Amino acid sequence: MLTRRVIPCLDVRDGRVVKGVRFQGLRDAGDPVEQAARYEAQGADELVILDVSATDEGRATAIRTVEAVRAVLGIPLTVGGGVREVEDARRLLEAGADKVSTNTAAVRRPALLAELAERFGRQCVVLALDAAARLDGGGWEVVVRAGKERTGQDALAWAVEATTLGAGEILLTSWDRDGTGLGYDLPLTSAIAQAVTVPVIASGGAASAAHLAAALHAGADAVLAATIFHDGHTTVGAVKDALAALGLELRR
Amino acid sequence: MRVHVVSTGAANLASVLAGLRRAGAEPGLVVGADDVLQAERLVLPGVGAFGAAATSLQAAGLWSALQERLNAGRPTLGICLGLQLWAEGSEESPGVSGLGVLPGLAKRLPDGVRVPQLGWNWVEPGRNCQLLQPGYASYANSYALREAPEGWAAAWTTHGEPFIAAVERGAQLACQFHPELSGPWGQALLTRWLGAR
Repeated sequence: MLTRRVIPCLDVRDGRVVKGVRFQGLRDAGDPVEQAARYEAQGADELVILDVSATDEGRATAIRTVEAVRAVLGIPLTVGGGVREVEDARRLLEAGADKVSTNTAAVRRPALLAELAERFGRQCVVLALDAAARLDGGGWEVVVRAGKERTGQDALAWAVEATTLGAGEILLTSWDRDGTGLGYDLPLTSAIAQAVTVPVIASGGAASAAHLAAALHAGADAVLAATIFHDGHTTVGAVKDALAALGLELRR
Repeated sequence: MRVHVVSTGAANLASVLAGLRRAGAEPGLVVGADDVLQAERLVLPGVGAFGAAATSLQAAGLWSALQERLNAGRPTLGICLGLQLWAEGSEESPGVSGLGVLPGLAKRLPDGVRVPQLGWNWVEPGRNCQLLQPGYASYANSYALREAPEGWAAAWTTHGEPFIAAVERGAQLACQFHPELSGPWGQALLTRWLGAR
């Protein structure tokens, strides 16, 4: 039986891991290669690296980071940040990523997803979908540019369109919950998981194993977390033990 | 140990090379049909679409050399699409022939489960397996073989329905999962294949 995945996420800028609340106020959180190796040893099922650099120089550094992480990492690696063209994806894959994620660029130009799937296969293409509850109530809308812009576009409709075009997986981040420690947005997670047939990774807001379990019970195939692992309060192994005790199927 | 890796023009080459290095091999890329025929050990990785990969291998002049090598029983490892290419064809690209070393077609994973299958699933080797051992392996596939090919030892995994996780015959091994992304279990399998006769 296919197991649920626990996926630590490293936000990387200029070769260092950083972490902030709602993508703001970034602070240094360590060396990516060291952390990648540690997470694999703890039992991480996969690793996500998001390049949050804003400059061309930072992007070039990110390629070197991916190469260095790949050399030590024996589990799947997804890399996102700055993927606007097939060529951007090719560089990351050539450096050692197994999947690439795209966010704002796909919202601006949805055909990018079809181009990536055509060239590399759907299993390689992750849609990073940042969603926020609509300010007027009903449903969720897509937000882009690291949350700076609300698009008004319906998050569920975009998820379905993106998977039709070529996304083989959805990395769903709740903009309302990211970095807050209040737990994942469960209604959002459940709605997206029911709307698509590709795997869904829940992200944004996890502070405990109970939060991870709740997202998996809500229908997520995998859970992504950063802060709870970075700060050394707990390990991936301890979290997986707790999830298994709740009856969830995991690789251990 | 020197290992030659076929570049199918697709994406997961860096992971395969890194995985082989961690298992103690010295991987290099195949440049032509002579390498395919003469390599002590050969790896055929592959992600992406069946038809595109078959076309790319034919355009590179490697197709008949691969068939010759596999039919001769030379040490070869197929990974993911690399396994499916050993079959007669795939539902993914109707009308495109595979290498035909394994009977049968790769078929789409069933409705009712998440496709692509992404993540870790249990591998259960049949009794005749020498290289394959039970454990969790990392998958990224939408298609798979459903029937055990005659003359090969097979391992099984279930996603909606049972499918072929891997097949082996002597020093020939083809995995639907990615050993290079399957942690210590996958690295141990690579090491066993590197030593297989």
